[in-house]
Amino acid sequence: MNSLLQLENVTIRFGGLTAVSAVDLQIGPSELVGLIGPNSAGKTTLFNLITGVYQPTDGNISFAGAPTAKLKAHQLARLGIARTFQNIRLFASLSVFDNVRAATQLHRARGIRDALLRGKSFRRGEEQNAAHVMELLEIFHLGKFRDEPAKSLSYGDQRRLEIVRALATKPKLLLLDEPAAGMNSTEKIELTRLIRFIKEKFQISILLVEHDMPLVMEICERIAVLDYGIKIAEGKPGEVRKNPKVIAAYLGEETVT
Amino acid sequence: MNSGAKRFLLAAILVAAVLSYFSASFNRYYLGVLIDIGINIILAVSLNLINGHTGQFSLGHAGFMAVGAYTAAKISIVFSALVPPQFTPVIFTLALLVGGLLAAIAGLAVGVPTLRLRGDYLAIVTLGFGEIIRVVLQNMESVGAASGLKNIPHETNLFWAWMFAAVTVFVITAIVNSTYGRGFIAVHDDEIAASSVGINPVRYKVTAFVFGAFFAGIAGGLYAHHKQFLSPTGFDFIKSIDIVMMVILGGMGRTAGVIIAAILLTLLPEFLRGFAEYRMILYSLLIIVLMIVRPQGLFSFGKRAAAK
Repeated sequence: MNSLLQLENVTIRFGGLTAVSAVDLQIGPSELVGLIGPNSAGKTTLFNLITGVYQPTDGNISFAGAPTAKLKAHQLARLGIARTFQNIRLFASLSVFDNVRAATQLHRARGIRDALLRGKSFRRGEEQNAAHVMELLEIFHLGKFRDEPAKSLSYGDQRRLEIVRALATKPKLLLLDEPAAGMNSTEKIELTRLIRFIKEKFQISILLVEHDMPLVMEICERIAVLDYGIKIAEGKPGEVRKNPKVIAAYLGEETVT
Repeated sequence: MNSGAKRFLLAAILVAAVLSYFSASFNRYYLGVLIDIGINIILAVSLNLINGHTGQFSLGHAGFMAVGAYTAAKISIVFSALVPPQFTPVIFTLALLVGGLLAAIAGLAVGVPTLRLRGDYLAIVTLGFGEIIRVVLQNMESVGAASGLKNIPHETNLFWAWMFAAVTVFVITAIVNSTYGRGFIAVHDDEIAASSVGINPVRYKVTAFVFGAFFAGIAGGLYAHHKQFLSPTGFDFIKSIDIVMMVILGGMGRTAGVIIAAILLTLLPEFLRGFAEYRMILYSLLIIVLMIVRPQGLFSFGKRAAAK
C-alpha cells in the first residue's frame, strides 16, 4: 500500500509498563483515520510516538517512505507532521496573528542576517508572510482577533487557532488529539464540519484521536481501536461498531481470568 | 516598522554624536553617569533576550561582561603601546569587537551543554560559570590577578556608549520582531508546542545566549575603557543580579520597559548618595516595594502584541 505514515510493530515501555504494544497502523494520502479507545488505552502515547515526543522501545515508524523513529519533534514538523494537543498549548504571550506567524518560520523565515539588514526582499518576504497568515486566519474566521492575545479567545476559538497554527506548517499529515474534548453539541457539529473542510481544502491526511464516538463514526473513513496499548480492531466505522471486542472494551465486561 | 527601526538606529546614533560633541562642557560626574546608563542599557537589553524573550534564567551575565572587559582591556593596553596614538580608536574598536566575540564564544560554550537544563538548574549553572570566570581572573597574573587591571586607556565616551546601546536595541528588536524571531517567544511560552511547529528550541536558546553574551562582552569592553580599572570583584554575581533586576523591573521581554528600568536603576543609587551608609538599604527596600507593587514589571502595560 502506498502509505504516508506507516507504523510497524511499534512498542514503548515506561519501566515495567508497556503503554503501546506491537501496534501496526497505516495512513494513506488524504485519508481520515480515527483512533479510539477507552481512557489510558495508549492513544496519546501513540500520538507522541508519531510526533517524536517519545522514541519507541521497539518497532519502526516511517513517514513518506523515510524512517522517523529517531527524529525529534521539530524535525518531524519540517517533514510535514503537524499536531494539536489534548490540553490546548498556544503561545500565551503572543497575539493570535503571531501564534500562526511563529509556525510559518520553518518555511518562510529568513535568518538573523536578513532580519538585521532589513533589505527590500526581507521586507517583501515578511509582508507576503503576513498576508499568508492573515489569509489562513480569515479562512477560519479568526481574522478579527488578529491582535488579541491568544489566551483571551474563547475555548472553541483557541482550539481552532491551534489547528490553524498546525496548518501553517503546511503539513501532509495533521494529528488532532481529542479536538472535541470539552465542547458542547453545537461546537461538535461545527468541529465535524471543520475537519471535513480542512481535509478537502488542504488535501491532507488526518489522524483523529477522539473519545466522542458519534463524531468519529460520522467522519472517519477508517477506525483503529486501542485497548491496553494493543490494537484490538481496525476497519470501516460500521464494522468497528459491531466488533464484539470493541463493545467489550467500551461497555466493560465482567471476565474471570 | 521595518524602515522605522533603521531610522530609529540612525537617529539614536546622531543624538549620541551630537551630545558627545558638546560633552566637554558637561559636568564630569554627570557625563560619567550618562555613560554608565548607556552601558547598563546594553547589559539589560541583551540579558532581556535570554531571560525575557527566550525565558531562560541566566545569572551569568556579569561573567560574559568580564570576558569582554578583560579581553578588550588587555588588547588595548598591549597594542596602544606599540602604535602611534592616532591609531588608538582603531585598536579600541577592534578590542571591543574581539571582547564581544570571545564573550559570544563563552556564551556558546556555556549554552550548548547546559541548555537541556531548565529554570532553577540553568540559573545555578550560569551562576557557577560567572563565579568560575571571576576566580580565574582573580588568579591570572597577566591581568593583574586580585589587585586588578590598571592603566586601561580612557577611550569610552558618550558617543561610543550610546552608539552601542542604540545598536544593541536595534539588533535585538530587529531579530525578535521578525518572523524568525517569534520563535524565541514561542520557546519561552511553550517548548513542546514550539517544537511541534518546527522550531528547534535548543538552537533558539543557544542563539539567544550567543547574542546576549556578545553584547554583554561589548558592554564589558566599554566599561573597562570608561573606568580605566578592572577588578574581578566587580564581576561577582551581585553584578549579574543587578542586571537581572533591570530586566525584571522593566518587564520580561519588553525592551522599552527594560531600557527605562536600566536608566532608573543606574540613577537610583546615585540619587541615594545623600543617605550615605543607608544607601544600599534604601535601594534594596525600594526594589522590594517595586516588586510587591508591580510584579509584572514596572513598565509592562497591556498585551505583548509586538515585543517593542
